[in-house]
Amino acid sequence: MNITINLFATLRKDRFDSARQEYPSGTNVRHVLSILLIPESEAAIIFVNGRHAEPDSELRDGDALSIFPPIGGG
Amino acid sequence: MDRLKDYLKTHAVNDVVQQDVLNEAAMRFGLTHRLLEKAALESGVLPVRYQRNRNTLSIEQQLALFQSRVAVVGCGGLGGYLIEELARLGVGTIVAIDPDKFEEHNLNRQILCTLETIGSPKVAAAADRVQKINPAVTLVPVRQALDSGNAPAILRGCDIVADALDSNPARIDLAAYCAEQSIPLVHGAIAGWYGQVAVQFPGEDTVINLLNSCRDKTGIEKEFGNPPFAPAFVASLQTAEVCKIITSKDRSMSGRVLFIDLKDMRFEEIRTGCPPHPLL
Repeated sequence: MNITINLFATLRKDRFDSARQEYPSGTNVRHVLSILLIPESEAAIIFVNGRHAEPDSELRDGDALSIFPPIGGG
Repeated sequence: MDRLKDYLKTHAVNDVVQQDVLNEAAMRFGLTHRLLEKAALESGVLPVRYQRNRNTLSIEQQLALFQSRVAVVGCGGLGGYLIEELARLGVGTIVAIDPDKFEEHNLNRQILCTLETIGSPKVAAAADRVQKINPAVTLVPVRQALDSGNAPAILRGCDIVADALDSNPARIDLAAYCAEQSIPLVHGAIAGWYGQVAVQFPGEDTVINLLNSCRDKTGIEKEFGNPPFAPAFVASLQTAEVCKIITSKDRSMSGRVLFIDLKDMRFEEIRTGCPPHPLL
């Protein structure tokens, strides 16, 4: 299945801004993170199709996965 | 009071009254700048300091700002700019909350931090600054960290809370206090070239959901610090949201999160699935 992955801020470094990638059906967010070598500690905010998701969330064909690092300064 | 209002109207030109007229009225009627500004706006007369807000904000909206009370939680990078802009905008009462004193490493980005204020409580510097900008604005300095014990009393009566904290666990607590007291929350956070802004109205969970997953994670500001342009930019977006919530409500960013990337100069918006707030 095809997943569109959008990375933001520091997660783009040595990776990409946005890409469509092929994954086996049943893939969850955690698997995508591992393939992209993104530690879960750096994937603070996860959206699938604009809705909050978790590392355990299962993806479906055509989903848009957006991943943001934690930002906490003021 | 009618004599005062007649005086202000008589001396206004195109509904704008100059500062020297206000100063004269203060002496003649024995009133503070705060009461004078209130009387002017209630009379449909605009103090000249707000002339360049005009046609962006009506006199009625300027009065609504004057009658509002906004809490700024944290008086560092974001908070300093928020206080500066809210005072110039004409928000009548600003509750500034921060337990800390200025240190030298604040000088790169915290507008209230100067060589003179290093070692001073941040909220004291905020009070001094607001007094210099607009003596009609009341700044309430609260030199404490918010906690579950003091938050109800400190936030009571506030129309809006602006989040200018520097830790996400503290932000999650703040979002809960705001939810408990039904106060709209304007969230902002920064790290390096990046920032985020969101609004949470009573009954919504936008900010709580956004931050819950960050509770145990170290923000990238620990690695990349905070350069001066990020707090200035993000605080300005927060001020604009505060202004809209007070004056019109109809164009608030409720139900969205804005992610800011000043390195690539790109802005990403995520709709969080919250429907627009029913009061909007």
